[in-house]
Amino acid sequence: MNWQSWLFWGAMATLGETTLEVISQGLRLTRMSLPVMLGTMATSERSKTKIYGFGLHILNGLLLAMVYIVAFHFLGGPSWWLGALIGAAHAIFVLTVGMTMMPEIHPRMASERSGPTAMRQLEPPGFLALNYGAKTPISILVSHIVFGGILGSFCRA
Amino acid sequence: MLETTFTTSAGSIRLTDFMPVATEEFKNSHLVPDRELIRIVDGLEGEVEIIVNFMPRPQYATVKPDIADKGQLGLRIDARPGSVGLHSPLKYSMCSGRATATAIVHAGERVPFSLTHVTESPAVLPVLDTLSSALQRTIEWWEKWHEQCSYTGPYHEAVSRSALVLKLLHFSPSGAFIAAVTSSLPEKIGGNRNYDYRYCWLRDASLTIHAMCGAGYIREAEAFGEWTLHATRLTQPKLMVMYDVYGNIARPERELGHLPGYKNSQPVRVGNMAREQVQMDIYGEVICGTAKLHHDKNISKMDPESARALISFGRYVRDHWQEPDAGIWEARDKLALHTHSLLLCWVALEELLGMAKKGSLDKVPVQQFEGVRDEIRTYIESKCWDESKESYSSEPGTFTMDATLLLMAYHNFHEASSARMRGTYKRLRSDLDAGGSLLYRYRQDEANGQPAEGAFGICGFWAAEYLAMGGGSLEEAESTFQELVGYANDVGLFAEEIDPETRGARGNFPQAFTHVGLISAALAIETRRKKELQIRNPDELNHEGEC
Repeated sequence: MNWQSWLFWGAMATLGETTLEVISQGLRLTRMSLPVMLGTMATSERSKTKIYGFGLHILNGLLLAMVYIVAFHFLGGPSWWLGALIGAAHAIFVLTVGMTMMPEIHPRMASERSGPTAMRQLEPPGFLALNYGAKTPISILVSHIVFGGILGSFCRA
Repeated sequence: MLETTFTTSAGSIRLTDFMPVATEEFKNSHLVPDRELIRIVDGLEGEVEIIVNFMPRPQYATVKPDIADKGQLGLRIDARPGSVGLHSPLKYSMCSGRATATAIVHAGERVPFSLTHVTESPAVLPVLDTLSSALQRTIEWWEKWHEQCSYTGPYHEAVSRSALVLKLLHFSPSGAFIAAVTSSLPEKIGGNRNYDYRYCWLRDASLTIHAMCGAGYIREAEAFGEWTLHATRLTQPKLMVMYDVYGNIARPERELGHLPGYKNSQPVRVGNMAREQVQMDIYGEVICGTAKLHHDKNISKMDPESARALISFGRYVRDHWQEPDAGIWEARDKLALHTHSLLLCWVALEELLGMAKKGSLDKVPVQQFEGVRDEIRTYIESKCWDESKESYSSEPGTFTMDATLLLMAYHNFHEASSARMRGTYKRLRSDLDAGGSLLYRYRQDEANGQPAEGAFGICGFWAAEYLAMGGGSLEEAESTFQELVGYANDVGLFAEEIDPETRGARGNFPQAFTHVGLISAALAIETRRKKELQIRNPDELNHEGEC
């Protein structure tokens, strides 16, 4: 495995995805901030959540890039369209299974069943993350397609 | 925080409304909703039935949103750019953009409500069980903030209440003060003088800084002073009349024809046309405010960036002071030379020269500025003085009066006790009298001879301040002030104007300008009181705290 390519393009793809998510937020397509969501897993200190979240996001991106690379290996080698396809599948998984399970995974997230408590105060994303805005699924889908597309186009691990 | 008690034949309840605040340390270490309005209903006696209607109408009521009932997560609507949520223990029934609930509140019971607005998700949801501690934190925060008040005179309650209003109109992230939180509350019921005041007027700068510094709230005054210099950077050396809290130019004015207005006072406007106006007084206001802060902080040298900005304002005044403008009252129909604008142009150069003389401002073109300053003074003294009426007039060569002429004493253009100021005050009292201590800002009558608007709140306080500064006796100043304070509503708040007949509030509410005037007048009265005390008994003052 070409570790340098994985590290570099994994980070680039994650940054590309993050940039798109921030643009989506700026264009008011979604309210979702992934750094806040991930950062609050690690700390309840408001001033640190985004920094921690950004670090976790990059780490997460690198780990997921490895999964993409393995998938490329078994599916005939990397290409932009295969990357985009895997990205779309990944997004659908995140939007359905991932988001629905988030209250079980996130230590500070409330559930629709029991509501907010002193320990769990964050609004859960709900099915397709629709609680964070009606166009959130589109934003997540596009950003994951870009993530996969970058990896498929450039990563030669 | 507002407490209202409702009494019915079956019992009574107390409604407590507040927006929670907490220290930065607390906010950094805890997850709390970003923007939250809390209402707590406490049963006091017997039982009272309450009906709750949740009918959000975002975008100036052009949208009737679908309310989603998220069960334990509360009710929610999407209101771009964010979402609004209502959280309470009640069960709601939904009907076409409205959620309704009823409850019977018994003595000793508490029903909490939390309304939140979020722009970033995952949002922090309120925990209803902890709203009591939010209430306690909020009380402690405000009590601590209130401790800064350095006013020690007899009008402490009115001054601290006014400072509180100003704090609530202060946008902490940028330092801006907005004029009012409302738009289009009419200056005359049924009239069309309905404007959007949810912006920050540079015109208020020096008066607000003076009031906040004088009352001991230095941090807010400093933040505003910095805002006036830095948020306006994109348009410097030209200054716009108003900006939004971030320093963006105010939005263009438009009318919302679908809204009937307050008591059918149409049109309802958002945005403000005055953004396009030229008002030459604002340069003097900004420079005077900065000079005041500079003096109070005892800074030996102005930082280069601020110095450059101030001198560029001075040059702008030097080149443009003779040009007609819309004036402080933002006349929409004509441009003219205004005595008040000329006065503030004089103030701008006088303050800059003062700072240059003290050595705190370098590179001031002293000779040029001195020449123009003297020229403006000569112009005001000759063209704006009406010998036949023995008073200044609001526009050169006219007989019109305007309450801003009282500010000549405030800005040290003349001693308040000078013959010219006394003559001006006498005529102003007669021409702009609105009954008692109330004054119109100027006299503009409708076709039937009735005034087109109410008495202008701050103008009455300017008169009290003028009297305290030497234009009258301390007793006259105090009686004027006390009468004016009596026009406040039940919780001590003022609108822009006061209806002379009904004593009710007119115009946008609560209005920063009126409360700034109240504090400033109270400070002047206190200064006068101490001076007189010192004259009567020089030793006694040494035992009093400094104001």
